[in-house]
Amino acid sequence: MMPNDTLSKVLYIDLTKKKFEVKYRRELFEKYLGGTGVAIQLLHEECPEGIDAFDQESPVIFAVGPLTGAFPLASKTCAMFKSPLTGDLGESHAGGRSAIAIRMAGYGAIVIKGKSELPVYLTITKGKVEFKNATTLWGMKDGSIAARVMRQTEGGEGLRAIFRIGLAGENMSTFANVTTETYRHFGRMGLGAIFGSKMLKGIVISGKQEIEVTNKREYRNLYDEIYTTATESPVMKKYHDVGTAINIKSLNSMKALPVKNLQMSSSDEIEQVTGEEIAKNHLARRIGCAHCPVACIHLAYLREAYDDDPYFYKTTPVCYDFELIYSLGTMVGIKEAKALLKLIDVVEQVGVDAMSMGVVLSWITEMLEKNKITQEDVNKIPVAWGNEIAYIELVKNIAKPSTDFLKACAKGVSYASSIYGGKEFAMSFGKNEMAGYHTGPAGYLGFLLGARHSHLDNGGYSIDQKEMVKTELTPQNVVDKLLDEEAIRQILSSIAVCFFARGIYNLKLVSDAIKLLGFDLDENQLHEIGRQIHLNKYKFKMREGFRINKLEVPERIYETADPTGKITKDFIKTGLDYAQSLIN
Amino acid sequence: MKLAVRDAMRCVGCQSCMFACSRRSGNAGLSNTCIGVKSAGGISKGYNVIVCRSCENPPCATVCPTGALVPKEGGGVRLKSSKCIGCGLCKDACIIDAVFWNEKDNKPVICIQCGICAKYCPYNVLELQKDKKGVSHDAE
Repeated sequence: MMPNDTLSKVLYIDLTKKKFEVKYRRELFEKYLGGTGVAIQLLHEECPEGIDAFDQESPVIFAVGPLTGAFPLASKTCAMFKSPLTGDLGESHAGGRSAIAIRMAGYGAIVIKGKSELPVYLTITKGKVEFKNATTLWGMKDGSIAARVMRQTEGGEGLRAIFRIGLAGENMSTFANVTTETYRHFGRMGLGAIFGSKMLKGIVISGKQEIEVTNKREYRNLYDEIYTTATESPVMKKYHDVGTAINIKSLNSMKALPVKNLQMSSSDEIEQVTGEEIAKNHLARRIGCAHCPVACIHLAYLREAYDDDPYFYKTTPVCYDFELIYSLGTMVGIKEAKALLKLIDVVEQVGVDAMSMGVVLSWITEMLEKNKITQEDVNKIPVAWGNEIAYIELVKNIAKPSTDFLKACAKGVSYASSIYGGKEFAMSFGKNEMAGYHTGPAGYLGFLLGARHSHLDNGGYSIDQKEMVKTELTPQNVVDKLLDEEAIRQILSSIAVCFFARGIYNLKLVSDAIKLLGFDLDENQLHEIGRQIHLNKYKFKMREGFRINKLEVPERIYETADPTGKITKDFIKTGLDYAQSLIN
Repeated sequence: MKLAVRDAMRCVGCQSCMFACSRRSGNAGLSNTCIGVKSAGGISKGYNVIVCRSCENPPCATVCPTGALVPKEGGGVRLKSSKCIGCGLCKDACIIDAVFWNEKDNKPVICIQCGICAKYCPYNVLELQKDKKGVSHDAE
């Protein structure tokens, strides 16, 4: 890397002592690039083995990469921590201005440890960290208000990221998220709960600096090549126009869209919640992450009349995409766009992962239907498929739970079903609630074997749609493909570009781009580094007790029709046994 | 030519313009940008796009104590870097915050109306317009 690149600076913050220091970790970035690669090393260094995720010594790590601030679409920050949801690797990626702000503030990574005795938020700018009293921001029912206060109190407009948690994070729901720039999230795996356990309400970080390149002319040329591809590519245009929500219709028609807790995989009641219909009737604005011209974030405006004042309306901006329409729409039987947007809005307010919350809501609904729990367990909320009013109340009750049952639900469906039953339809994999892809066996093996049990770890759902539907792949073939894809994706999340740009940033382009930042690595070397990072993540999982042969698979996936017709117990078991043999 | 904001409502906040402006130096990052994009009170309300308006009687030059900012014919200013002492009065005098600051050099970054930001705006938020006299205001 370049001699003066501030990427090598790691900022260590101690919330207990209210102190910070900077260490130069050049060797770490030269070996693992940044992002995921550096973060997993820091997690191995900083996280004591077997520690409770909420112990004050449990660290939070953020890392960006060499391309951050230098090339378009390199807009992601990687967060790593011990997950309170799964008990092993917690990894979450977010865009917004998070990555640019960290890089421009002059850091490659941030490590936060300790616990404050009072609620605090941090400001990080101009080489300093300040610890601000956040007592007044604690306990607000809508997390966006706390963000608004930080926005109005702190400087750095246009150059800053504002991270914050909501009520669910404060109450340590294990699938609470950290929100940045109002509409982007470090979702999945419960980073928000770790913030809450440390009494850390938020972070405001900003900066503005230069990043030196090795060859100015080549830099401009390569920049232009990537920028032109990004702005003219049909794939990126798809993300911009209707966005990922366009997939609702196609997954529904191929019987791959989870409906009502995956009791079905398609529905004839989705017309109003397709991406096209929501865009036509409610889309108000598109937003981009900093340094990404694609602008894939879609904001709808929800207009609701007040009952007690004629011609007086509340207008609420609500961000949506495929995963939210699935989890808070079809999964809970909601078929009207306004109802869906209202439910999304409350999920944003309390600050939880939308996919996990949708799966929890749908599991609760089925538990009630099957009389496995009582009305008292859910505080007498009249929960039923499609009843958004009841679901809104239920979300609030899970964010701040009062009954034992709701307290269990705030820890995810895997935990709740281990106490109350209903495991056969508790739709989580590796203890992480499922994404909206009932595409076939590769999708499920992908969830199960992915290092963070995310559909984005390895894109198994894509193997189903492109290959499993028409060719015969063995479980071993599928697992090999998943592992290979996951290794390559480690490079993308280490440099750190958005996975939506995976069609643009092939390893040759990555090699050319990082060369201009002083990294001399060819495609083969990058591939090997990707494999090593993937292995390092698995080592952390195994260290913390993860075992492939202990993975639980809900029976429901074998019962509901899918596009391939190949989701069998034998296929999944053979795939898992093969993966286990590779680890041994 | 004069830089203008054609339609701020189309801005998605990607800041490609800011990176393009700073890239004029040849390096990456944002240290040299003299265009700003910031939310108009929360992202849901859209963005303010801040560009130098090339004032005909520029307040930034009026307050400059060393004559480092020289008004140009037709509007705008030119920075004579060697004369600048980094006092920041120009920055305070610009009420739309269009005098940007290079923190490392401790000097202002002044828009030269080159239009590179408009070239890198994918959503036609910015444009270079001919001014009254149709002249280009290149600066040193």
